[in-house]
Amino acid sequence: MNINEIRAQFPTLHREVNGKPLVYFDNGATSQKPQSVIDRITQYYTDENANIHRGVHTLSQEATSNYESARKTIQDYIGASSEVEIIFTKGTTDSINLVAHSFGELMQAGDEVVISAMEHHSNIVPWQMLCEKRDCKLKILPMNEQGELLLDELDQLLTDRTKLVAVTHISNSLGTINDVDEIIRKAHNVGAKVLIDGAQSVQHLDVDVGKLDCDFYAFSGHKLFGPTGVGILYGKRELLEQMPPYQGGGDMIKEVTLEKTTYNTLPHKFEAGTPNIAGGIGLGAAFEFLSKLDMSALVEHEQDLLDYATEQLEKIDGLKIYGTAKTKTSVVSFLIEGTHPYDVGTLLDKLGIAVRTGHHCTQPVMQFYNIPGTIRASFAFYNTREEIDRMIAALDRIIPMLKD
Amino acid sequence: MDTITEKEEAIIDEFSIYDDWMDKYEYIIELGKDLPLIDDDQKTEDKLIKGCQSRVWLSAEKRDGKMKYTADSDAIITKGIIALLIRVLNNEKPEDIAKAELRFIKAIGLQEHLSPTRSNGLVSMVKQMKMNALKQVS
Repeated sequence: MNINEIRAQFPTLHREVNGKPLVYFDNGATSQKPQSVIDRITQYYTDENANIHRGVHTLSQEATSNYESARKTIQDYIGASSEVEIIFTKGTTDSINLVAHSFGELMQAGDEVVISAMEHHSNIVPWQMLCEKRDCKLKILPMNEQGELLLDELDQLLTDRTKLVAVTHISNSLGTINDVDEIIRKAHNVGAKVLIDGAQSVQHLDVDVGKLDCDFYAFSGHKLFGPTGVGILYGKRELLEQMPPYQGGGDMIKEVTLEKTTYNTLPHKFEAGTPNIAGGIGLGAAFEFLSKLDMSALVEHEQDLLDYATEQLEKIDGLKIYGTAKTKTSVVSFLIEGTHPYDVGTLLDKLGIAVRTGHHCTQPVMQFYNIPGTIRASFAFYNTREEIDRMIAALDRIIPMLKD
Repeated sequence: MDTITEKEEAIIDEFSIYDDWMDKYEYIIELGKDLPLIDDDQKTEDKLIKGCQSRVWLSAEKRDGKMKYTADSDAIITKGIIALLIRVLNNEKPEDIAKAELRFIKAIGLQEHLSPTRSNGLVSMVKQMKMNALKQVS
């Protein structure tokens, strides 16, 4: 497998920033897009644009068929048993909010939700809102200093009142790959449902929701080489059938009178209003792009990038890596003694290197380590060892400037 | 005494010798390091302007008809830019500060640090400096 051939398909990777060739290490925030995805969206707006569902004219039928075939592509890729289990949303956050709202409607006062200590704000705040509204209890599964969840403690947290366990597959700020199989098994043992936040996962792991047996799986398109503003909620059919709709409006109804409305069938029940049609079709193209790649070789390459970056960064005096779990994806969060992440990030940018600094929308994780934030380099399979060398050389130049 | 505009011109002039980004930042970092602007025990919550990326402390008072500012930040680049802002606005009349355009920031290529999306506390600080001055205009 040739990484340069893959890189060649991503136009943004070939631009310059501040007069230097771009090194893009902010893939945890969003990935770059391959030409095939960009072309697919352009083609939709150039040749195929029409509103979908219910249109009798040819253009509308073509657009509907393309949009629905994207759904099918995604269903196949993630191993869902039916396309009605694939709900188009705005992204991971929207997917989680949908579950918090509609699954939340099935919860009673005194019921419990379990999340973990390493969740993104998107998988904390909706549950806090739900628990406040319905007088439910939010419990937290703790983690250790390495950034690994203490799965043994899950047994104490789970009770017959636990209705849902919502945990991230991969930590966006620490890179930890959680043992979600074990979490799902334990939760199911007490009859709780499980939502997996997969925002960082589908682009790094071979995710099969059927094998996982999770009840919900949420992810965003833009982090896996697709467009922004579109994402997926996978849900088990029987559960989705039981849940009331999220938003009301066009497309989600079967029949409306001024007195009463009956709702459309799945998946449309959860897709009110004209959806992000170009986004859905673009996301389908991103999955087609992914399915042509040798993912197991790319996962190996990403692990090599992680190991190499970790090894090189650890040589830097005063540098500390946060998140040292045994199973990690290609994310390295670090701080350098005597420097502020904002300063390091600003100067790396001047040398053409894009990293993220700050709390990464995981303030509780930063509170756990008692730090204001980190510098995070997150790699995709199109990154290279040479780019890591450039980051290390840049850090070697920057650190003496910032230290007294 | 120099006016705000003259002080701004002087800064633009100083920065004109740098054509490399890193040299420019080296200078800003030195400015930041040279100015221990507020003692740690003075960094109280009421003076704190919270940014997402870096924190800024600001205190202001009027003496002899002129504004006196002290400020600080936990990030050194932010601190260097604060040093420049203070150099320009310190010892000026409140009414002059309130209408200052501070175009030197853009002229020396640092406007990105004053973008609201940057969230480093600097935008709020400039606003606060002007608000403090405005309160004194009577």
